[in-house]
Amino acid sequence: MRPSASQSWPLEAPDWILNGPEWLNDLGYDFYKSFVFDNRYQMYIKGLGNTLLLTLLALLIGVALGVVISLIRVSWDKNHTEMQGPGKFFLGFFNALAKVYLTVIRGTPAVVQLMIMYFVIFASSRNKVMVAALSFGINSGAYVAEIIRGGIMSIDTGQMEAGRSLGFGYVATMRYIILPQAFKAVLPTLANEFIVLLKETAVAGYVGLTDVTYAGNIIGGNCYDYLFPLLMSALIYLILVMFFTFLVGKLERRLRSSER
Amino acid sequence: MSADIIQAMDLQKHFDGGDIKALNGVNASVKKGEVVVVIGPSGSGKSTFLRCLNLLEVPTGGKVLFEGVDITDKKADINLHRQKMGMVFQHFNLFPHMTILRNMTLAPMKLLKKSQADAEAKAKALLERVGLSDRANAYPSQLSGGQKQRIAIVRALCMDPEVMLFDEPTSALDPEMVGEVLEVMKELAKEGMTMVVVTHEMGFAREMADRVIFMAEGKIVEEGTPEEIFMAPKQPRTRDFLAKVL
Repeated sequence: MRPSASQSWPLEAPDWILNGPEWLNDLGYDFYKSFVFDNRYQMYIKGLGNTLLLTLLALLIGVALGVVISLIRVSWDKNHTEMQGPGKFFLGFFNALAKVYLTVIRGTPAVVQLMIMYFVIFASSRNKVMVAALSFGINSGAYVAEIIRGGIMSIDTGQMEAGRSLGFGYVATMRYIILPQAFKAVLPTLANEFIVLLKETAVAGYVGLTDVTYAGNIIGGNCYDYLFPLLMSALIYLILVMFFTFLVGKLERRLRSSER
Repeated sequence: MSADIIQAMDLQKHFDGGDIKALNGVNASVKKGEVVVVIGPSGSGKSTFLRCLNLLEVPTGGKVLFEGVDITDKKADINLHRQKMGMVFQHFNLFPHMTILRNMTLAPMKLLKKSQADAEAKAKALLERVGLSDRANAYPSQLSGGQKQRIAIVRALCMDPEVMLFDEPTSALDPEMVGEVLEVMKELAKEGMTMVVVTHEMGFAREMADRVIFMAEGKIVEEGTPEEIFMAPKQPRTRDFLAKVL
């Protein structure tokens, strides 16, 4: 027989737990200290906000970076044999830079990149969300670049030829004709990248950023009991991912119905 | 018929470091208002020749003069010259993410700086001519092959080109749709448009061509009026080909 439950509780439990059925007391107390005591539920909400903000900012940075990198790579691959002069030199230089970027970013863990970013490069910055968003954005950009490059390559070469034959230059044809089609083609994949990114930001706690994971971790430590806090973190991710997966599915169906 | 609008001088196109010679010294000229039809077996280099005329294919040797300007020169602004050389492709290459009207007004608005009203007025007039006014707001996916190709032709015409280049415009069409496209091309020829047409439609060549060029193995084997080529070909290679296709 364990001693009376209330004696093993370091916190004072409210009456609504003590007055409830006895078999529910332990469970109720665990719930109380994980979410209610000290307004701990607010920490999960704060974590949720940070996780969403971080993911959104990182995706924006990632897409911007990915478009630029993929354009450099595609332009170089398709045109370098016919180019010459300083144009070729600059494009070649940026292409080499892009390749180094892709290799380094995809060849090292996101956590290590994040820690280097926060503890070394931006050691003087206190703005954890911005630094982490930048770090995840740079990380995501490498993957987005390859997604968009695949999208551009999937567009029939006849589209480029049709644009050029009307008198559009390479850049204008890309802008008006190729990229809009490529974007439409990769939109579901990009949306999936957002979902992947959402879960990848779970390591933000390494630099002390209170995201969904870190919130669960801290509260678990405070309660000396990780069960409810970590389950809560997991549940938040699960609901988010299920919600966004549902949206991506809707998006895919809509795109398919407007297919040629 | 006046001065040469296009002149191809000793065009060479080698692929794979010179192993494959798609074009091997092609000399040809096109006069203003002339309809030139290029025929030949597949792999003879006729499409490559056509694509070299607006530099979609960059020749590895030789020159192309358009309105007297060497457009193969690195200093020439090829985009500017291409505005005056309309091109129609075997696979239409309409822009699938835009309506028919937008397909037709994009280049005039962006490149010729026409107002939307002007560009649309011209596009609608052209649509009227090819009998597709009711499809202005449709997307390419909603059209048949023959309709797509007619749109592709008028899209090129929206730029008021000096020359129209046709790269096997009916080869990808179902047989019953070939006629409607050829009809549009015939009308264009009658209006005096300068045309270079690569095709397998011998009937069109006979009826509409001012001059027929027969190509084989990357060279021009024979050229002349349709009567000369179809009735009395001089080269055995030409006779051989015509015996197979007629």
